[in-house]
Amino acid sequence: MSNIYKAFENGKVFIPFITCGDPDLETTGRCIRKMVEAGASLIELGIPFSDPTAEGPVIQGANLRALEGGITTDQIFDFVVELRKDITVPMVFMTYANVVYSYGSEKFISKCKDIGIDGIILPDVPYEEKEEFTQYCDKYDVDLISLIAPTSENRIAQIAKDASGFIYLVSSLGVTGTRSEITTDLGSIVKVIKENSNVPCAIGFGISTPEQAKKMSSISDGAIVGSAIIKLLAQYGKDAPDHVYEYVKSMVDACK
Amino acid sequence: MENSTNSKGRFGNHGGQYIPETLMNAVIELEEAYNHYKNDKEFNEELTTLFNEYAGRPSRLYFAEKMTKDLGGAKIYLKREDLNHTGSHKINNVLGQALLAKKMGKTRLIAETGAGQHGVATATAAALLGMECVVFMGEEDTKRQALNVYRMKLLGSDVIPVKSGTATLKDAVSEAMREWTSRIDDTHYCLGSVMGPHPFPTIVRDFQAVISRESRAQILEKEGRLPDVVMACVGGGSNAIGSFYHYIDDKDVKLIGCEAAGRGIDTFETAATINTGREGIFHGMKSYFCQDKYGQIAPVYSISAGLDYPGIGPEHAYLHDSGRAQYVAVTDDEAVDAFEYLSRTEGIIPAIESAHAVAHAIKIAPAMDKDKIMIITISGRGDKDCAAMARYRGVDLSE
Repeated sequence: MSNIYKAFENGKVFIPFITCGDPDLETTGRCIRKMVEAGASLIELGIPFSDPTAEGPVIQGANLRALEGGITTDQIFDFVVELRKDITVPMVFMTYANVVYSYGSEKFISKCKDIGIDGIILPDVPYEEKEEFTQYCDKYDVDLISLIAPTSENRIAQIAKDASGFIYLVSSLGVTGTRSEITTDLGSIVKVIKENSNVPCAIGFGISTPEQAKKMSSISDGAIVGSAIIKLLAQYGKDAPDHVYEYVKSMVDACK
Repeated sequence: MENSTNSKGRFGNHGGQYIPETLMNAVIELEEAYNHYKNDKEFNEELTTLFNEYAGRPSRLYFAEKMTKDLGGAKIYLKREDLNHTGSHKINNVLGQALLAKKMGKTRLIAETGAGQHGVATATAAALLGMECVVFMGEEDTKRQALNVYRMKLLGSDVIPVKSGTATLKDAVSEAMREWTSRIDDTHYCLGSVMGPHPFPTIVRDFQAVISRESRAQILEKEGRLPDVVMACVGGGSNAIGSFYHYIDDKDVKLIGCEAAGRGIDTFETAATINTGREGIFHGMKSYFCQDKYGQIAPVYSISAGLDYPGIGPEHAYLHDSGRAQYVAVTDDEAVDAFEYLSRTEGIIPAIESAHAVAHAIKIAPAMDKDKIMIITISGRGDKDCAAMARYRGVDLSE
């Protein structure tokens, strides 16, 4: 078991996402420290990918900006080493299968262990394909986070039973991005998850307001937000950290 | 252990289903429906009727006598997929998938397109079967192939210009996949090549296999024996796998796929995946991809919008690994020369994609014995490319 469980020890959690290197790693680092200061329990670090097929336009834009700035996987590993000198909250990478596979899956995952990354989220690796990654995740004690979607239906129990770290429940159909309304019957999905697993479950995709975060954390163990934070980065650039603090604080308070 | 025991649709190490969880039940539903209908007598009769009465199959296996004499070597036959309705092999797969989708109760087709051939074919099938249709096309390609955009609209489809990434074929695929995750119930993603997650590489191959099923019978009838070489161009690889499929077990038949080298495989402006790429995971499959050392997908280039894709279907990756098929690279210059050569020599204007296969034939046929037989698949007709070829030669055309 990795450190992820620690994030869920003190009640409901808020999990912010940030794309590493948008607009530069120095800004990403300051934002992450502000997220911790504002009370984020677990942080998702995005490693950019050229063709992020599960992302909406907002996070696609962040990936593009970061890659245009010349960011690489090795630079992000070095960056995490720096962060880990003072940041103790659990952190997970969110990226795409090819970033891991192309680096060498074992090399990538053992590196995660070395630098203090607790888990990885790969939105293009479903249950059927996970073993080629979990064989190394198990070896190096890094959690591969399982995703469950509104369309999972008969698959929910099986995915939940095999899950580790936390379960990422996708709130709606489609790609990442803010939505004014989330209509999926998430309560009944969470019920099936809880019947089959003790692993905590957080809800993401489409959440942007404190009201939505409050609602999602009331039916699960927490809320995950990406696009709304990336919008602050796109709007304020290097001046984003203070805005990120205010936003994350409001979301952390709403989740409690 | 490299691959999960749960993983389906493998060709050696390649293939699989690397897609968001949101789509998993959709591809499982598709696989179940396909496994049912592929053995269903009524479905197969309906499809054969569409192939023959609507698409104009079987396509001709034409003896290119002048080209054979001119090159002075192997006897050259052309498998004329360019004579199909809508002008390319794409209609084979589209009629199959659209009919399957209709049987599954879907009312809406979405598709990606590069040059527009697959988009036009999908729009055509949607019109015929009374289905809604939305085609995703890179914004760059909508400009390069404005006439095909008009054709799709004429056929009743919506065309969505894709502005993300490099605004070409790979981005159109990404956007179609995104659209499918947001609307699954009534929508079938009519993927245009032997790529993407299982079961697409198998479904598309099976519908395109009509090419080699016919050519095998045709060459046996004309020559009384199997060919020595079968050749086709490869982007994602649908016309090539269709051309190869019924010869795979005939080890004496040499299979050659012709990739787009663009300005050369020693430049960055290339789309030759087998010759310049390495193994990776993208667009739902494990296969070979043009990418940098960190796995970022490379912007690729070819004069042919239909071959301008950074990956290749997983079954081709396997045929390459096993040595069963050979994959060669053909440059823009060579393809344009071949485009003009076939037009001049045989009075057949091939698609610039198909011209890549013709170009390789021009290279190897002269050195082959006169009793050898070669089949080249002409995957499509070249009308769509005339304006671009004229520009390549410095002629300014206004349509």
